[in-house]
Amino acid sequence: MTATRPTDPGAEPPSGPGPAPLQAPPKAPERILMKGNEAIAEAAIQAGCDAYFGYPITPQAEILEWMARRMPELGRVFVQAESELGAINMALGAAATGARVLVSSSSPGTSLMAEGMSYMAGSEVPMVFVDIMRGGPGLGSIGPSQGDYFQMVKGHGHGDYRTPVLAPSSIAEAIDLVADAYEIAERYRTPVVILADGTLGQAMEPVVPAYRMPPRPAFDWAVGGAGAAGRRPRVVRSLHLKPEDLEAHNEHLQAKYRAIEAAEVRWTGELLQDAELVIVAYGTAARVARTAIRQARKGGLRAGLFRPISLWPFPSAALAELATRARGILTVELSAGQMVEDVRLAVEGRAPVAFHGRTGGMVPTPDEVLAALRHLWAITPPRSREEVTGERPPRRTARSVPLEDLEPPARQVRTAQTAAPDVDEPALQEVWR
Amino acid sequence: MTAPLLDRSAAAASDASPAVAAPAATSPRIIAGRPALLEDKSTHYCPGCGHGVIHRLLAELLGELGVAERTIAVAPVGCSVFAYDYIDVDWVESPHGRAPAVATGIRRVRPEAFVLMYQGDGDLAAIGTGEIVHAAARGERITAVFVNNGIYGMTGGQMAPTTLLGQKTTSSPIGRDERLMGDPIPITEMLAVLPTVAYAARGTLADAASIGRLKAMLRRAMEIQVRDAGFAIVEVLSNCPVGWGMTAQESIDHLTVVAETYPVGVLVDRLKAAAAAAPAASVPAAAPPKPSPAGSTESPEA
Repeated sequence: MTATRPTDPGAEPPSGPGPAPLQAPPKAPERILMKGNEAIAEAAIQAGCDAYFGYPITPQAEILEWMARRMPELGRVFVQAESELGAINMALGAAATGARVLVSSSSPGTSLMAEGMSYMAGSEVPMVFVDIMRGGPGLGSIGPSQGDYFQMVKGHGHGDYRTPVLAPSSIAEAIDLVADAYEIAERYRTPVVILADGTLGQAMEPVVPAYRMPPRPAFDWAVGGAGAAGRRPRVVRSLHLKPEDLEAHNEHLQAKYRAIEAAEVRWTGELLQDAELVIVAYGTAARVARTAIRQARKGGLRAGLFRPISLWPFPSAALAELATRARGILTVELSAGQMVEDVRLAVEGRAPVAFHGRTGGMVPTPDEVLAALRHLWAITPPRSREEVTGERPPRRTARSVPLEDLEPPARQVRTAQTAAPDVDEPALQEVWR
Repeated sequence: MTAPLLDRSAAAASDASPAVAAPAATSPRIIAGRPALLEDKSTHYCPGCGHGVIHRLLAELLGELGVAERTIAVAPVGCSVFAYDYIDVDWVESPHGRAPAVATGIRRVRPEAFVLMYQGDGDLAAIGTGEIVHAAARGERITAVFVNNGIYGMTGGQMAPTTLLGQKTTSSPIGRDERLMGDPIPITEMLAVLPTVAYAARGTLADAASIGRLKAMLRRAMEIQVRDAGFAIVEVLSNCPVGWGMTAQESIDHLTVVAETYPVGVLVDRLKAAAAAAPAASVPAAAPPKPSPAGSTESPEA
């Protein structure tokens, strides 16, 4: 992700095509220390958020608090709702009028918001929704987690629908993605989720904030507002009682989702050029993976990182292509294994897929991930040169690797980490040759 | 939507006179007609149902008050979800019980709008209790129309929180038993105690005179919003002939029995009370008693 956009939050963006109006040269970007939650809140404000609705919950309460102070200062709307049900439905009402709306919560709260998300998807109301994930299930813990992947990526509420989900891996990227999320939401008339774990919400990082305000499209569907006189009444609704009507509506939604899948896939990679082992990870897990990959390379193990940024649409095609060359794929998550299902669906047996995760607010250490990489190396056969160069079609099945071997026993991994931080290096060197 | 393109700016004018073709000089004088904002179509409501009368009153009033063009109405879940097919204003459909939250969102970002909310008793007094209490407590400038027919009509006549004691429904087949199923909730009275509720009243569809009084209540509740005075709610005792297992006429007559549990009348009108108190305000009022500090164990006698 680039952070090179001029920082001029006060300026109105040019609307529509045509040359941008002359602007004063941007001030030298200032490097400041920001907390993730506050950066997300301010990025929404700078992206033109008109209204924020929320309810206190750890570890995202700073978003609510930041908005409570900043929104009234700017003459914009802030309401602390009576519940998450209240907050998401206030968002539905405000967004139905065409306002730019932000809602944020954390795992137990987002469960309550599932109903509203389904209604907003059904009635095609754009909104940006932030989930700062904590440990679950139930009340769980307030520690970081990626346990809401299924909830957010697979639909959240009831019915056949999809929600674009963007997963930042740093605070600077979170700022970028908030503006992108408003663009996607308004372009496709859909709620868009920013999915981050509690670490990203709570951590502070130096950033050069690259705020951006997307141009405001003209809505021909929003209720109220100027121009209501003389036009047909408008209804924002998700009810279509006739089966024929609802099927037509669903087909329309599905066509929209296909368009999003074609245009909005985002991912990034590191050291993939010569990678024999590929780690797939997002958010905080990707940062841990990056450290492990550096360590692995020092030991001669060629590993690389594939980091999905859009969790839906999932970057399946790119990952499938990588899988034809990789010797093995390791998915690392702060969960018991959720994204790994999408990884396996994308890979379709082109390479063995292993998983390493921690739950409950625990974060995998780089040593754990390194051990999992080495384990994967040890149990997978090498790719032939012809397969890697494409001279021969790649094999489609994870031959000779029993599925149970792909799951490194967590206990064993941790024992290795605590007992011998650097496992038997000479033995591994042998395997690598 | 098959709604014809309406010049809704003419709605106010056309409501004063009937919105039907001008009669020939020899025809009898027409003294009533369809309000311009009410769609000319058959509704999906059962014969004898009260929703049609309430829809008509609202269509008349939105026109008479001249607020139709800036109205954003919120439809509930229940029989009246299709209100958006019958009254020609902008509508947002709300999840079950959440209409007060949806209306709050609209109100906050569109201060110029006239926000009308239509909810049934299952919607407002059961699943949406939290939302209605807090919207009222925040004093949202919303006009709430609360249709109390004591039953879940759309899902087949199950017991509602407002169902009368002893009343048989499909989910209280031997009648509502207080010990097992609780007492009917007088939620409008409960809301009326909040200082942010500027107007709370209960009307009934029992007879023509009552409908006239109900219209005056609805008009007042709308004026409260136009005058930015606070939250306003009108409960309407309505009938459900099918759910109650009665003929249309029997169900209308039964509204007299319903009114014994839910007395009809204005519960609070703070704007009127303030106006009445205004002359007295010139006389210095006695200082209110100071609240004793929290946790104080000192008794006045000590």
